[in-house]
Amino acid sequence: MRREAPQKLTDYAPLAFPAIMLTVFFVIPFGTMIAVSFFQRQQGGFYTPAFVLSNYERFASLFFANVLGFSLTLAVLVAICCVAIGVPFTYLLTRMSRRAQIVWMVALLSVLSLSEVIIGFAWSTLFSRTAGITNLLVALGLMQKAVALSPGFPAVLTAMVYQALPYTILVLYPALVRLDPTLTEAARTLGASPLRAFFTVVVPALRATILATLIMVFIFALGSYLLPQILGRPQHWTLSVLITDQAIYQSNMPFAAAMAVFLVLVTLALVTLTLFAGRKREAAA
Amino acid sequence: MPESGRAGSLPSRIPLRRGKTNGDTMSGLTLNSVRKDFGSFTAVNDVQLNVPHGTFVCMLGPSGCGKTTLLRMIAGLDLPTSGEIRLDGEDITAVPTHKRNLGMVFQSLALFPHLTVGENIAYPLRIRGAPREEQKRRVEELLAMIHLPGYADRPVAKLSGGQRQRVAIARALTRSPKLFLLDEPLSALDAKLREAMQVELRQLQQQLGITTIVVTHDQREAMTMADTVVVMNQGEIRQAASPIEIYRRPADTFVADFIGSTNLIDMDTDSTGRAIVLGQAIAGLSAPRSGKTILSVRPEDVHLTAPGSEGAITGTVTFVRDLGGTIETFIDCSGKPLIAVSTPRARPEVSVGQPVGVVLDPGVCVVLDR
Repeated sequence: MRREAPQKLTDYAPLAFPAIMLTVFFVIPFGTMIAVSFFQRQQGGFYTPAFVLSNYERFASLFFANVLGFSLTLAVLVAICCVAIGVPFTYLLTRMSRRAQIVWMVALLSVLSLSEVIIGFAWSTLFSRTAGITNLLVALGLMQKAVALSPGFPAVLTAMVYQALPYTILVLYPALVRLDPTLTEAARTLGASPLRAFFTVVVPALRATILATLIMVFIFALGSYLLPQILGRPQHWTLSVLITDQAIYQSNMPFAAAMAVFLVLVTLALVTLTLFAGRKREAAA
Repeated sequence: MPESGRAGSLPSRIPLRRGKTNGDTMSGLTLNSVRKDFGSFTAVNDVQLNVPHGTFVCMLGPSGCGKTTLLRMIAGLDLPTSGEIRLDGEDITAVPTHKRNLGMVFQSLALFPHLTVGENIAYPLRIRGAPREEQKRRVEELLAMIHLPGYADRPVAKLSGGQRQRVAIARALTRSPKLFLLDEPLSALDAKLREAMQVELRQLQQQLGITTIVVTHDQREAMTMADTVVVMNQGEIRQAASPIEIYRRPADTFVADFIGSTNLIDMDTDSTGRAIVLGQAIAGLSAPRSGKTILSVRPEDVHLTAPGSEGAITGTVTFVRDLGGTIETFIDCSGKPLIAVSTPRARPEVSVGQPVGVVLDPGVCVVLDR
């Protein structure tokens, strides 16, 4: 097939549908949100068109800086945990028999069918003192008495990793399936133990995929607002929780919009930085 | 006490079959009753082989004959179902791949895409934590050996097929291994380059004196490079001998047919004990008394004469393929097709449809069991 630049206006026709969809469902809502973030809030839940910066000025507090910092840290941790578990898991999965792979894939996809609410309450039960997993440890004689593991930061992290892991594996799977299995075998014949071969050949050969997966899980985790509320204390609430709180319970749309826009900008900046760093290291290597 | 068990079983082992080169069984590679089953399928069946130190062995056979599985077991990438693999007298059957000192070239070459040529070659040294200067020196040494000096900083993706091939060979030799294994190493190259690489590979092996095992399905490749050709079929070794012996004295009809082309002709014995081939008694060829036997005659040992000559089988020419350097003549001898190959000067003028006399040289014919 020859590829050449579009010549006439009609050559762009196939782009029309995606362009319309993108405009209607992304550009217009996002533009509205940006506009609202500059509007003036009226007492009683309404807002009037204006151009004020007061919504953004409210960020300039230690409280919001802390919440933003915590949100980003949590998302980064979730991304790292998911990739750290997902890469070895998917690598081993691709080396299993076809039948075993299908069983695992179905199980993982079934996790995707669970809503965030169900995942949250399931984990809160598992982490509870009365019915949680610590009772199992007591029965096994590993613990003195059952304790509550939730609410707390580890509980939030565990549930979010649980929620994001199937996505991680689904994104990693195609790249790992395509990876030439003789690469690890070659490494082994050259004196690398299987573990060494994994870290010196599989991981570096998949660097681009791993980076892309980290970014995807990071963004996915930033949007989480139910799990931190169900399994965390107020100090574990993310910016998404605050946005929901402002938008729905406080009826302060302009401020919620300003926070959302700010979150998008910070996320974009971080992703760009990561990609840039990855590109630079690749050029240096 | 696993060690006492292993030591105890040593003297009771079956005497090892010695190679033609009179190799010392303590040095080199020895396979003892090696077997590999995949479920109910036996890929390698009771293989017995001794590869003396410094020899070049080609494992040759049709696809699915178990040659690659055998190579993978020698490399430790697959474990034998039963049997024993010894390298320089040491039992390495259960030693993991990375602790066997070997170098292997894969069919896919398996060059690491994220590393440069130099980094690929230095990989075994980097893994061992060798100092950077040593890595650099060794890489330069190997690049000079494979005639690619100054290529160290190139990405592998930018190399041609032949260059990748050389880099894969160099990487396998970085550690100066005891054993050099190659799985269909030249199959991705075009015919001309392949022939050149065969010669180069053989010269390299002789220069280094390294024990080398190559798996191939290309008999020209095997004939070019090997000290010993191991012909395999259906998981078994059919014959292990020097290339010329395999060609001249094939052990059975499979080997005779697989190596080069041959005419396989049914043989009978008449009441006086003479060998009868296609209705003609062949003087100087004694047939074994019992059972049916088959005569294997190479096309170049089938001579054409005038029809009705003394001791000649009469046939009809059905096709002539004139290749310039050699001429292949297809003959029908009362229903049995034969092929004769001769040089233009050593051949009488024949044309399609003409009767012709066929003389088989009894000195170079091989009598095989059916």
